[in-house]
Amino acid sequence: MTIAIILNVVIQGVLTGLVYGLMALGLSVIFGVVRVVNFAHGEFAVVAMYATYLLFVTLGLDPIVSLFPIAIVFFGVGYLLQATLINRFVGRSEHEQFILLVGIAIIIVNGLLMIFGPDARPANLPYAIESYMIGDVFIDKARVYAAIGAIVVSSALFAFFRYTATGTAIRACADNLTGAAVVGLNVKRLYAFTFGLGLACVGAAGALMVTIADASPTLAQAFTLLAFTIVIIGGLGSMAGALVGGVLIGVSEALASFFLAPSMKSMFSFALLVAVLVLRPQGLMGRRA
Amino acid sequence: MSSLWSAMPVRGRVILLVLVALLLAAPLALDRYVISIFILIFYFAYVGQAWNLMMGFAGQLSLGHALYAGLGGYVAALLWFYFGIGPWLGVFAGVAVAAAFGAVIGWLGFRFGIQGVYFALLTIAFAEFTRIAFDNMAFTGGAGGLFLMYEPQRAGEWWNLRGGPLLFYYLGFAMAAGAALLTAWLARSRIGYQWLAVREDEQAALSVGINAFRAKMIAVLISSAMTAVGGVFAAFYYNSLFPAQAFDIGRSIEIILAPIIGGLGTIFGPIVGAFILTPLGEILIALTEKLGINAPGAKAVFYGLTLCAIIVLRPDGIWPWLKRILGLTEQGR
Repeated sequence: MTIAIILNVVIQGVLTGLVYGLMALGLSVIFGVVRVVNFAHGEFAVVAMYATYLLFVTLGLDPIVSLFPIAIVFFGVGYLLQATLINRFVGRSEHEQFILLVGIAIIIVNGLLMIFGPDARPANLPYAIESYMIGDVFIDKARVYAAIGAIVVSSALFAFFRYTATGTAIRACADNLTGAAVVGLNVKRLYAFTFGLGLACVGAAGALMVTIADASPTLAQAFTLLAFTIVIIGGLGSMAGALVGGVLIGVSEALASFFLAPSMKSMFSFALLVAVLVLRPQGLMGRRA
Repeated sequence: MSSLWSAMPVRGRVILLVLVALLLAAPLALDRYVISIFILIFYFAYVGQAWNLMMGFAGQLSLGHALYAGLGGYVAALLWFYFGIGPWLGVFAGVAVAAAFGAVIGWLGFRFGIQGVYFALLTIAFAEFTRIAFDNMAFTGGAGGLFLMYEPQRAGEWWNLRGGPLLFYYLGFAMAAGAALLTAWLARSRIGYQWLAVREDEQAALSVGINAFRAKMIAVLISSAMTAVGGVFAAFYYNSLFPAQAFDIGRSIEIILAPIIGGLGTIFGPIVGAFILTPLGEILIALTEKLGINAPGAKAVFYGLTLCAIIVLRPDGIWPWLKRILGLTEQGR
């Protein structure tokens, strides 16, 4: 019986972790290609959560459905943001990028606070309390849908980078910026495209997150740190690493909440982050820089 | 220290003397509210200067300075709370604990070559870890916070930081001025030049025989110790400590804003930044109240917009630009 309970907790962690992984994937793409520290990442995830919440409450759209329009809109926002503002900061010192994005993060969080107030907004999905039962193990339906959504979106992104010309060009920018510019790639445009893709990922992840957590402005900063932790643990520039890191953090959070206290769940993530930075700075699945 | 003075053009000396005199005399004419704003300005100028030593001079980006301020404040407050040991003594314990954490973070970071954003995340990780630990520890008051009682019989014990706004005004002024003088002295010392060399090009610094590890360790030790003193000041000024505030990344960001906005790696940058940002925040509060925007967060949205505007328009900070405007650049710095 105890093994069933632990298995329960671990499976919940894995499913949540896949959504975390998708969110981190967005950061990994931005951080890995554009080399801009997107300190507003979690904030964008929370914006997507509110958008999903609104679409559900007003139009009755399921998060799995609203994921697509949100991802498209977020792509556009990301493209414009990079093209108009962030491109000027590429190659500038990290603290300048940091201040710009912290400024954007502050605007987003407090904008949400002004519009929606500080209280969490639960989306009460019809299948929120349903679950599958396999032997002694209960699995939340909502989390299974979210995890499947995360896998589908990530696979689409993998395929894009692997098989399309634009995806290959973006990888070229990440591998060798000078070389990419020399062969005539429009680096600024590709950066804007990449930032758009990163935000589309985080938008999709935010939409799926609604099945797991209630939208609230206070989640934003925690999500940003979570995404950075996952990307570094998984390995910068490794897309699979982001998903693996997400699952690892999801499981560690679930186990820590279960055995200790929910308020202590991220302690282990930070301890893991320090251990990885010190012992394996390239991350679990990254290549040596 | 004297080099700061001698390198300054006459006009700069006059302006500085007038400003110092005005600040020293100001409490005679100001009400409590304005004094409380000045106390905040001095506090942020002080801790900003401490952070500036590490980032502006030694080039190490720390986003976890709330850790040192929080530890300093908590250690001194706990000693006072449980044993009645005054902050004038407790500050040494607070500094020792904060510097020990600084040493561990610095050693891990510099020994294992963790740089830039990665180093920043290492500092955040330690601050967040400590925040959660303090949230869950009973003897520090946990998430509910630690409160220092108001004891009327102790009022006026200035050596125990039990005094009114004037005490904190002049102490804050002295700390901000002292930090600026210390920075000016360090900047012209051997270690100051080593920091600049390491900041600009660590490989080149190593190749001319600078012990970069030692230089960076000294920077993190001085910076964490100074920040801890600021934490003690804040703890006894507010008489309350909460892990969710003291160690929060938001607090770390507050600490670094003044030097970045004012001008990194300059002596007057953190001071100028604090004098701009703190009143700006107060004006925004007043303005949003006037306009009838009662929504929480309205002030912070303007704040965020201001940050973005400043970093886009004046990425080097306000002070280098202000210095040109005031015509203070004839003789070097």
